[in-house]
Amino acid sequence: MDLGPNASFIWTAYGMVAFVIVGLITWLVLDGREQQRRLADFEARGVKRRAGPEAVTARSEN
Amino acid sequence: MQTFTQRLANPTQFMRLSARLLPWVAGLAAAIIAYGLYLAFFVAPPDYLQGEIARIMFVHVPSAWIAMAGYALIAVSAFGLFVFRHPLADVSAKAAAPIGAAFTFLALFTGSLWGKPAWGTYWVWDARLTSVLILFFLYLGLIALRSSIDDETLASKLTAILALVGIVMLPIIKFSVDWGNTLHQPSSVLKLSGPTIHSSILTPLLVIGAGFLVLFVAMHLKAMRNEILRRRVKALQLAEVARAASQVVAPAE
Repeated sequence: MDLGPNASFIWTAYGMVAFVIVGLITWLVLDGREQQRRLADFEARGVKRRAGPEAVTARSEN
Repeated sequence: MQTFTQRLANPTQFMRLSARLLPWVAGLAAAIIAYGLYLAFFVAPPDYLQGEIARIMFVHVPSAWIAMAGYALIAVSAFGLFVFRHPLADVSAKAAAPIGAAFTFLALFTGSLWGKPAWGTYWVWDARLTSVLILFFLYLGLIALRSSIDDETLASKLTAILALVGIVMLPIIKFSVDWGNTLHQPSSVLKLSGPTIHSSILTPLLVIGAGFLVLFVAMHLKAMRNEILRRRVKALQLAEVARAASQVVAPAE
């Protein structure tokens, strides 16, 4: 594909868009996994959000 | 019977619904953007005046649309927090800020790359470029303000006030090209009299714009899910600290 003398500007623009979008997606996925891991850790240790007999163990939902 | 928004007001219901929706929304975004890129590079002709460099428009303009739509969503969420006290309003506002900031950065960066060959300069301090730069700083301000306050309730209220004040930037950005001398071209898609772009270029632009919008929705859903989980983790941390404190105090009594 010949994009002419300004091809470097075009590819840099599209490259940055791809880089930022992939970076955002990666951050969102890793952040989600980290929160799930921390919730699972609390659950494994039996930590509950409320005290008392009606306490409900915090569950992570996918 | 609960309305849709009432059902969504429950974080647990939201987590269930979003888990089901997210893969479909993300897949739809990928498909639309892929089709839009095909149209942009293999179907759309070079611009009659600017040639191939105008192809930057296909990512620059949708990024700018999402930058503004993202901020509008934050402002609506802030309104929802104050007026309706919707439990997910603050989650929505917080989740949208980094995504909106990223798209605002992309609008500035790709616009700058388009400006060099088209105008002969990467940057001019005209009304459109400067107002979008202020929008970018506004996003960063929202993120910085929230992260500087430990009290979640106070942080949500202060950022909501800033978000509502900052909404004034959206009409300023929209009409900045009509109000003064600028190198930036005037509106050519969102006009009362209809678009002034040829359909061969308008179609890929709208397709990628739709793809970016669906992508933003997918990212926002995921960011909201992460934020809900983060708040649950925080609540558990507080519960653990409270339990430990009660165990320390109990033997002394």
